[in-house]
Amino acid sequence: MVQILDFEKELFAEESQIRELVSLSHMYDSVGDITEEITKRTKKLRRMKREVFAGLDGWQMTRVARHPDRPHMIDYVNHVFKDFQELHGDRRGGYGPSIVGGLAKFDDRSVMVIGQQKGRTAEEKLRRNFGMSQPSGYRKALRLMELAEKFRLPIITLIDTPGAYPGIDAEEKGQSEAIAYNLFKMSGLKTPIIVMIIGEGGSGGALALGVGDRILMLEHSVYSVISPEGCASILWDDKTKVSQAAKALCLTAKELLELNVIDQIVKEPLGGAHRNHRRAAAFVRRALRANFKIIANHSTEEMLELRHEKFRRMGEFTEGEK
Amino acid sequence: MSWFDKIVSKTSLGIKSSKTDEIWFQCGKCNEQIYTAEFVENLKVCVKCNHHYRLNGRERIHLLIDQDTFKECDAEMAASDPLKFKDKKKYKDRLKATQKQGLGHDAMISGSGKLQGHEVELCVFEFNFMGGSMGSVVGEKITRSIERAIEKRSAVIIVSCSGGARMQEGIFSLMQMAKTSCALKNLSDCGLPYISVLTDPTTGGVSASFAMLGDIIVAEPGALIGFAGPRVIEQTIQQKLPEGFQRSKFLLEHGLIDQVIPRAQLKYSLANLLSLLKDLPMPATENTQTL
Ligand SMILES: [Zn+2]
Repeated sequence: MVQILDFEKELFAEESQIRELVSLSHMYDSVGDITEEITKRTKKLRRMKREVFAGLDGWQMTRVARHPDRPHMIDYVNHVFKDFQELHGDRRGGYGPSIVGGLAKFDDRSVMVIGQQKGRTAEEKLRRNFGMSQPSGYRKALRLMELAEKFRLPIITLIDTPGAYPGIDAEEKGQSEAIAYNLFKMSGLKTPIIVMIIGEGGSGGALALGVGDRILMLEHSVYSVISPEGCASILWDDKTKVSQAAKALCLTAKELLELNVIDQIVKEPLGGAHRNHRRAAAFVRRALRANFKIIANHSTEEMLELRHEKFRRMGEFTEGEK
Repeated sequence: MSWFDKIVSKTSLGIKSSKTDEIWFQCGKCNEQIYTAEFVENLKVCVKCNHHYRLNGRERIHLLIDQDTFKECDAEMAASDPLKFKDKKKYKDRLKATQKQGLGHDAMISGSGKLQGHEVELCVFEFNFMGGSMGSVVGEKITRSIERAIEKRSAVIIVSCSGGARMQEGIFSLMQMAKTSCALKNLSDCGLPYISVLTDPTTGGVSASFAMLGDIIVAEPGALIGFAGPRVIEQTIQQKLPEGFQRSKFLLEHGLIDQVIPRAQLKYSLANLLSLLKDLPMPATENTQTL
């Protein structure tokens, strides 16, 4: 079943009307020339889509980013990469099913691709814990990244998570340490890292795969220190203030590019990636190619220096009168 | 008096008692009445139940740093409001109101000093400033402290006391986790020591970055330490949390920290750890301080 967001309703209505016209034109020859009408309406639909999706606010964008039909990590693996070999386990007693990682070919080069997988079916969602990883997932991710470093393979991370899992077992096994250690180690990995937020970039659980040389965001993804729901309930004391919270957090790709936190926005097909996985994947492929070219200009030393500089300059403050 | 007692009894909080102070203090944990003077002399640890009360930034510095050796850095650094954040109140107004309470410009004091003779860069949180939350100022002060330590080839000590990232600075707060962790990688590559001291509370983005990256991680007794706050966990799993969950002892028993150190021994232990790490003899003790 297709899930339709409230601001998509008109678009879907128009779309189904056009579809009817098309089938009508096939059925009878006597309807007259409605091809012109169809072309006109299709153009109008494109314009409508463009307007609706260009005007999405933070909360609407969050809902697109979380759309259940949106391509997930594994969908991009299937459409963008070849010869994928999944690698499992953190070698410390943990399986880490919320994060998927493995070797694959991108164009003709071997890469390590790693990302959170939210799950599509009810069964998969449970198995993946909705993309909320345990420490084992982050530790597995780091193990794979170090493997990539050893064989000088570039790393691509695809981020899509509500956040790190808040649970008893996660705390017992050191959720904080697992995230912190990834930030620490990723800052020094001697191999290129391209980070791409493909859906929801939820706080520390996202950042744990988010330290790299190029930080990209899909057009309708979000990236935030806290979910709009969490922020609303803490700062507004009112769970319903999600829209205000999302706006205040500046969590859209456009805002984060303006704030200089990310390097590039990756285009999505008109109407959002959830409407056309293949086209979304094509845009992702193109963006990865372009960013590999940018990275190729630097020696390992320069690359690490630039990576540190990138995060060193994060933040804004004043220094007083001095 | 043994050599050890001599060192240990030296530490104080540098609080001058005034006539307006209550003579008695009732412990909120055990409900016992204790002399305020005794409580303060005992470093704000309940003499009956050993509950470690929270220290403010100045008290923490006084506890750890040799007298008259602390030189504060970046004291004027203050938060700007990059997102023009507004919830029920404007972030700007929140900052102003907090700054007016005399709590300094932000939630952290950083500077250079001597810890029983060891040159250290010390960062302490001011919990009363917006729950010790980490925004750009906290992240920048920590990063600069680490950079100073690299320049001077000294040690870094961070005493964490924070609820985590500051929501009002949005993504910038999240990025401080990455910024401080990158800086610690540089420090580590230089072979310089970093000791992380966890106090009540250390959670969220603070625990999920520099707080858990110490070469040595120690905690005060009874401190709440974790990634997610207990309330969030309870809501998620829909069950009550076990007694002592996410407290220092729990972390020790799960292999997540090196030691739990009572406040009275903290300065001695840190000095000793630094001496051992750097393969130096224990530095001579300074002159005895009084309250
Ligand atoms: Zn007590």
